[in-house]
Amino acid sequence: MPFDVAAEVIANRPLSSDFNVLALAAPAIAALSAPGQFVMVKPGTGLDPLLRRPFSVFEVLRDAGGTPTGITILSKRIGASTSLIYDARPGQHVACLGPLGRPFTLVDAPTEAWMVAGGVGLAPFATLAESLRARGVACTLFYGARRAAELFFLDFFRALGVELALTTEDGSLGEPGRVIAPLDRQLAARAPSSSVMIYACGPEGMLAATARTAAAHRRPCEVSVERIMGCGLGGCYSCVVPMHSADGHAHHVRACLAGPVLAADQIVWD
Amino acid sequence: MDLSVRIGSLVLKNPLIAASGCFGYGVEYADVVDLSSLGALVTKGLFLQAREGHPSPRIVETPAGMLNAIGLQGIGARRFVEDKLPELRARRATVIVNVCGTTLDEYAEVSRILSDAEGVAAIELNISCPNIKEGGIQFGCSLNGTDDVVRAVRKVTRLPIIPKLTPNVADVASFARAAEEAGADAVSLVNTFLAMVIDIETRRPKISNGLGGLSGPAIRPIAVRMVHECRQTVKIPILGMGGIADARDALEFIIAGANAVQVGTASFVDPFIWSKLLDGIGDYMQRHHVARVADLVGTVVRGLKAEG
Repeated sequence: MPFDVAAEVIANRPLSSDFNVLALAAPAIAALSAPGQFVMVKPGTGLDPLLRRPFSVFEVLRDAGGTPTGITILSKRIGASTSLIYDARPGQHVACLGPLGRPFTLVDAPTEAWMVAGGVGLAPFATLAESLRARGVACTLFYGARRAAELFFLDFFRALGVELALTTEDGSLGEPGRVIAPLDRQLAARAPSSSVMIYACGPEGMLAATARTAAAHRRPCEVSVERIMGCGLGGCYSCVVPMHSADGHAHHVRACLAGPVLAADQIVWD
Repeated sequence: MDLSVRIGSLVLKNPLIAASGCFGYGVEYADVVDLSSLGALVTKGLFLQAREGHPSPRIVETPAGMLNAIGLQGIGARRFVEDKLPELRARRATVIVNVCGTTLDEYAEVSRILSDAEGVAAIELNISCPNIKEGGIQFGCSLNGTDDVVRAVRKVTRLPIIPKLTPNVADVASFARAAEEAGADAVSLVNTFLAMVIDIETRRPKISNGLGGLSGPAIRPIAVRMVHECRQTVKIPILGMGGIADARDALEFIIAGANAVQVGTASFVDPFIWSKLLDGIGDYMQRHHVARVADLVGTVVRGLKAEG
C-alpha cells in the first residue's frame, strides 16, 4: 500500500541552472522503496499546476543507525511543477505518494549489470547500483548527457565501485556522441557465454536504441519508461505503453501498474 | 445524520461516487480506499469487446484542469464480470457500471450481460464520451438518440438506468428531460467539455487524439449551472459532477440540485479525498442543522439577502 505524506523539504541542492535534487522527509515511503519505483509529487497546494508528477526515487536517505528517513528526487526544470521543485525551500511541504510501480529485477553475480542512463534518466540508478553492489554484482554505468556540466554524481557511482562509460553530445567529457555507441561496442566485445543484464532509463529514443542494441546482442534488458501520469495508481489510463501480445496486436498497459520498469523486448517501439 | 441517497430502487449510503474513467475498475484503488465506504463507484466504460484506446500522450494539464482523450480503453463486459466483479463484490463496493455502445444493440447486450451478473447496482449509460467517433456521443447529442438508448436498455434490465449527459449541447436540460421521459431512473452530468491544447512550438495538439475532454475545477461553475438547470426541469435524481475538489464544491452541486456527486480529477490529485469530503459534508450539515443530505438538494436561495 502506498503512503501519502506531506513531506517536509529537508534540503534542495541545485546541480545546475535546470537540475536539482530535492530531499524529502518521508520515512515510510523510504523504507518501502525498491530500485525503479516512483513517487507522485505535488509541490504547492494550488490548482495550477493541478496534478502530481511522477519521479523515480533517486536516493533513500538514512540516519546514522541506517533507518530510512526520507528520499530524494532528481528533477530537471521543464515546466510549472519542476520549476516549483527547483525553487522549493527547506521547511516547505510537498505532497508525496508512494512508493509506486514495479521495480527493476535484481540480478546476482556473476551476471553483470549494465545501466544505461540519459540525462535525468540517471534517477533510478543510484538505488539500483547500491542494491546491486551490496549483492556483489559488477556494475557499469553508461551515462550520456548534453555536456560535462550535466553529468552528475559521478563520484557517488565511482565510490560504489561502478565502472563509468561517459558520453557527451558536445564532447566536453568522455566520448563525444550518444551513449549507445560505447554500449554497442562493449557488448560486441563480450563473450556470449558471459551473463549481462541491461537496465535503461532516459529519453524514449535512447530507450528504443538500447532495446535494439540489447536485442542485437541477445541480452536481456529492462527499461524504466517515462510517461505523463494522471494518478500513478491505475485509475486514469493516461500512461499507457504499447506491448506485444499473443494475438499479434499491440496491447496498451499502464506504466504506473505494469511498469515503470518493463521488459524492453515486449514493448512495441515506434 | 442521514447521508443516504435513493436512486430508483437503489439506496447509496452516502452521496460520494467515484466517477467513470477516473477510478479504473475500482479494484486498482482497493489498497488506498475502503471501497465499501463510498456511496458507489462507477467503472471505466465497457463495450462488448475489449478496446485499446488512443496512443500516448492521452492527457495534458491546463490551468485548474486537464484534457483527456483516453479513447475508452477497456477489457469488455464479459471479462469485467469474470475478472473484476468478484473482487468488487468481496469488498462490498456499490458498483455502477458505465456502459458504452456503438449501436443500440450493443448498449442492450452489454446491459443484459451486466444485469445477469451478481454485484452490479446500476447502469450508467455513456452517451457522452467526446473522444471517440463511433461510440455514444452520437446518441447523446440527439434527443431521439438519447430516448432510443434509454428505451433499448430499459427493455433488458431492471437495474437503475443513469444516462451520463454531455455538456457539449445547447440545452442540457432538454436531454435530461428526454432521458426522464424515456424511463431513466437518474441522470449523471456533466461529462467533459470538448477542448483543445496546442503546442505552439510544434503547432501540434498536445494529445494524440487532437481534441480531448476538459475536466477539473476549471469547468465547475459551468457544471453547477447545468445541474441547476436540469434540477428545474426533471424530478429524477441527478448525479452531479465537474471539478469537485473539496466538500464545499460537493455541497455547491447538491444545493444546485444534485442528489449525489461524482468526483474524478480530484481523486487523481488526492486518492485519499473521500473521507475528507464525507467529513466536510458532515460538518456542514451539523453547522447548518441539516438532518438529511436529501434536504439540501436543490435549495438555491434566490434574490439578495434580506437585511436584519
